[in-house]
Amino acid sequence: MIAATLRRRASRRVLPGFGLSLGVTLTFVSLILLLPLTSLVGQLSQLSLSQYWFLISDPRILASYRVTLLAAAVAALFNAAFGLLMAWVLVRYEFPGKRLVDALMDLPFALPTAVAGVTLATLYSSQGWVGRWLETLGLPIAYTWVGIALAMAFTSIPFVVRTVQPILEDLPSEVDEAAVTLGARDGHAFRRVILPHLWPALVTGTGLAFVRSLGEFGAVIFIAGGKPFETEITSLMIFVKLQEYDYAGATAVASIVLATSLALLLVINLWQGRFTRRLHGGGA
Amino acid sequence: MIRIGDAPGVRRLLIGVALVLTALFLLLPLVAIFAQALMGGIDLYWQNLSDRYTLAAIGLTLLVTLLTVPINLVFGIFLAWLVTRFNFPGRRLLQTLIDIPFAVSPVVAGLVYLLLYGRNGWLGGWLDGYDIQIMFAWPGIVLVTIFVTCPFVARELIPLMQAQGAREEEAAVTLGASGWTIFRRVTLPKIRHALLYGVILTNARAVGEFGAVSVVAGAIRGQTNTLPLQVEQLYQDYNTVGAFTSASLLALLALLTLAAKAALEWRAARRESLA
Repeated sequence: MIAATLRRRASRRVLPGFGLSLGVTLTFVSLILLLPLTSLVGQLSQLSLSQYWFLISDPRILASYRVTLLAAAVAALFNAAFGLLMAWVLVRYEFPGKRLVDALMDLPFALPTAVAGVTLATLYSSQGWVGRWLETLGLPIAYTWVGIALAMAFTSIPFVVRTVQPILEDLPSEVDEAAVTLGARDGHAFRRVILPHLWPALVTGTGLAFVRSLGEFGAVIFIAGGKPFETEITSLMIFVKLQEYDYAGATAVASIVLATSLALLLVINLWQGRFTRRLHGGGA
Repeated sequence: MIRIGDAPGVRRLLIGVALVLTALFLLLPLVAIFAQALMGGIDLYWQNLSDRYTLAAIGLTLLVTLLTVPINLVFGIFLAWLVTRFNFPGRRLLQTLIDIPFAVSPVVAGLVYLLLYGRNGWLGGWLDGYDIQIMFAWPGIVLVTIFVTCPFVARELIPLMQAQGAREEEAAVTLGASGWTIFRRVTLPKIRHALLYGVILTNARAVGEFGAVSVVAGAIRGQTNTLPLQVEQLYQDYNTVGAFTSASLLALLALLTLAAKAALEWRAARRESLA
């Protein structure tokens, strides 16, 4: 019946290719996305509730949630500040090498995470170029949660820059002029006049950076060192459980990670949707 | 024109801080990769590069990329055509579903494939009866790479095709053009650059995927090591120069990706200013 309804609707369409593209897309989505994800549900359904609770509330796993959340939050906040600064400098000022700096902002997305991981671990180890120097100041980075936050921050740099940049570019210069003509100081004018335009994009970018950091694996594991209860991130715990053939344990923890990131993504999408509608004048 | 933050002192300070942070966080790691790779001299670099296992890893990475990119290209075009040219129930849901790989941790992506195609999995057990092995072999690596990279092309195409609308295609239909002709002669020229950009992003991620691949590969040297896995293995073996030699190839590809992206954006900006 659904097929018939769809066909009836399709016959009213002008453009060709509805059936073909629907068929290809649904086949692909079912085989590549949905089927593997249902296998996770299947594996979970074999666990009783108390078994599930036992697996996800193991003290070592709880410690990994804490480290992951803390490091991801610090990384996201760093990127909120750094991304805002970079977007501002790239949009508002001219300086030699600007195009190069702009292009470099995308490096963390283009560079494989494992490469970023070994490079940061080498740079910030106690013998590394930067780590040696920080060690003498009493600031060890490698094998601490700070190192984890650093790696997470590196891989999610582009999110804030690239969400704030276009909004800043589209901001009419009258906004500035009004504030400056009225005699507002720079910092005050920025907070009161520019920031209200930017903060929806800033929150979106920071949220995306946070979600990405929660799931990051390749960039983090090398610099983290994997000390139980201290520098083990949750994706590493899943990986370790898989290597021990503890599929039930890995799946239980994975379900927490998956549910958290999907919920956050949903919130970000709703937030962005509300904001976009308001921009286009519809809604409240 | 007077603008906020245009005072010379403020400007110099902000540019200075931005440049120092960029150099420290982005440029320094990039330089370090090549410096570490060439630490033992150029001869050792070539020797590491022509290592049997490194060559095998390069070959496997190429195979995975050559299979993944065209599959996701075709899927991306069909999906973008479907959601931008037709209205049907479940359209929004489909667009949300396709974002899942972006939200999922790569390790979780690897895990779900392992559950499905592993020896005890639903499909894995059945395929095992026919002596077909997906996990800990190249087909598994290809499958997870397709999963991880499938949103890129569609994500570039959908906003563009939505903005362009379907008027020109509809005009072509009334002139009696077939579906394939419409796509090739009307749609494709309009989306060429976005398509290329999507392919570049897919390619970069497919070559460099680590978390998902490391779950399903099983790291059998010379057989299931992709280049990023090779980097990890050499690094764990304390062969730093070897690890960074493989890493330098991936970094070189990342630089090419950035250059291609910058060139595409530059062309788009120039076209806009001419129009």
